[in-house]
Amino acid sequence: MRSFKLDWLILPLLGILLVLGGWQAVSGRKAARKDAEGKVVSEERVGLIPALPSVVETWQASRIYILEPFAKRGEMDQGIARFTWYSLLLVAKGYGLALLIGTPIGFLLGLSKVFTKTFDPIIQILRPVSPLAWLPLGLVLFLDAGKEAGTLGALFTIAICSMWPTVLNTAVGVRAIPQDYLNVARVLKLSRTKTLFKVLIPATLPYMFTGFRLSLGIAWLVIVAAEMLTGRPGVGGFLWQEYNALVYEHIILSIITIGLVGFILDRLMSLIEARFKSI
Amino acid sequence: MSDYCQLSGLTKTYPTPRGPAVIVKDFNLNIRKGEFISLIGHSGCGKSTVLSMLAGLSEPSGGGIILAGKELAGPGPDRGVVFQSPCLLPWMTAFENVMLGVDQVFFTASREERAQIATYYLTVVGLGDSLHKRPSELSQGMRQRVGIARAFALKPKMLLLDEPFGMLDSLTRYELQQVLIELWRRNRITALMVTHDVDEALFLSDRIVCMTDGPAAEVGEVIEVDFPRPRERKAVMEHPDYYKLREELIQFLEVRAHRKGTAAPPPPSASASPPAVRRRAPADIEAPMNPA
Ligand SMILES: Nc1ncnc2c1ncn2[C@@H]1O[C@H](COP(=O)(O)OP(=O)(O)O)[C@@H](O)[C@H]1O
Ligand SMILES: [Mg+2]
Repeated sequence: MRSFKLDWLILPLLGILLVLGGWQAVSGRKAARKDAEGKVVSEERVGLIPALPSVVETWQASRIYILEPFAKRGEMDQGIARFTWYSLLLVAKGYGLALLIGTPIGFLLGLSKVFTKTFDPIIQILRPVSPLAWLPLGLVLFLDAGKEAGTLGALFTIAICSMWPTVLNTAVGVRAIPQDYLNVARVLKLSRTKTLFKVLIPATLPYMFTGFRLSLGIAWLVIVAAEMLTGRPGVGGFLWQEYNALVYEHIILSIITIGLVGFILDRLMSLIEARFKSI
Repeated sequence: MSDYCQLSGLTKTYPTPRGPAVIVKDFNLNIRKGEFISLIGHSGCGKSTVLSMLAGLSEPSGGGIILAGKELAGPGPDRGVVFQSPCLLPWMTAFENVMLGVDQVFFTASREERAQIATYYLTVVGLGDSLHKRPSELSQGMRQRVGIARAFALKPKMLLLDEPFGMLDSLTRYELQQVLIELWRRNRITALMVTHDVDEALFLSDRIVCMTDGPAAEVGEVIEVDFPRPRERKAVMEHPDYYKLREELIQFLEVRAHRKGTAAPPPPSASASPPAVRRRAPADIEAPMNPA
């Protein structure tokens, strides 16, 4: 299709409108059943998917969370920005842990064939395990921590699920370092430390950042599962609580928030990544 | 013995699925201190292999190398290497690239002295204005200038250049040959340069070592070049011996390089490309082709 002026803005808006329209079309609405005199006997929901709140209902139920984003009315009743902030804090910790553990493992994999042969199979086995499987184990591991068990278990889950892209991309990056650069280090007889910091790490950075970006995506994905199961305040915890409270509008509010935040995080990481790729 | 660098019986074999492939066999060469030697031969004959053994980047399978009275073991900054692609680290500026080596060699000097050394050599190669540019901001020719500055700044015992100007256009190549010979004249560092450019070899060298074709390449002929120094391109090219030597070199490359000294084992692999000129060789002296 031919591109036109402002298509970058108009087409995405069109897409959003289409989806909103579709959502509105299939969602349910309230209908009152009346008796012969026109008195309301009972209210029920009708429509293609009666339980699905409509766009308007979602907005009406969510506006207080959006318009007072930092309000704190109770442990599980806070503005959406506040919930997001809690979630981000937890993700940041788990994600930091993932990078701290994942990057050195990636370097070892990239540098040593023996290390690769030894640990690659186990990595390939652990990698596809779902966060929902890790979390119970995390809770068990930190059972003695009492009140903090939930937090520690969540951190453990985020770290172990999100570190793999960092591990694998770093390893690929180290293996892809041009022989020329390594020859420079060898010819100049750089020490191991100097080779690491002056050659290996700078040469691997673009790959590392690809890994970092993918890891952040996964860390954010895991947060919902972690908060749901531990009942921590945060976007995911809020989502689960509102499901139990039958406020389905807030499930949708949470989903949209999670998606937007994930999108923004990915964009930010892409910007950083592009900076390192341009060297 | 005035021989500064001795390569004796230097041999390199690579293991291949079809048995060991002998690339270089019994390569003997003595280099005097302060001499400029060119190593010329067909593509794939093993020139880089010899150079990288000298650089210590590849272990000889047989024979050995003595430099300044010491047997070589492994790479080290006592040899300044200029690679074909300049091999600058792209995340460092020209200055930092040179400093990386200078810091290694002159670790007892103060930081200021080291910075002076790096700045000096970069200025001499004509990059005084581009000290703090990254390789991506420099032209191909300027990058190779940095490569040359980096090698000379180490004050090495020996300079090893592997087709340093092979990737440059001829105008830039002439400029850089001038830069190289000027620096070499001032420092008189013993140099071995791999090239396949006959005129480049004649302009720069004291002696030209011609290698026979691989496999099992060895020294074919050594040609003395005694044009007076300091050399100037025009004067060299108008020298009465110039075309005689040039003709001799081309003759060697076209005919005598293909002569086989020893019975050659099968080539390393079927994909190893034969030298381009091979088909022009007279049939009677060409080695029988192996059924690949
Ligand atoms: N690691 C290796 N294993 C097997 N053969 C190799 C290896 N490295 C180089 N060779 C072979 O050695 C020969 C000489 O290579 P090289 O020294 O690069 O030639 P030149 O620099 O003269 O063009 C080539 O035929 C090449 O295929
Ligand atoms: Mg070569």
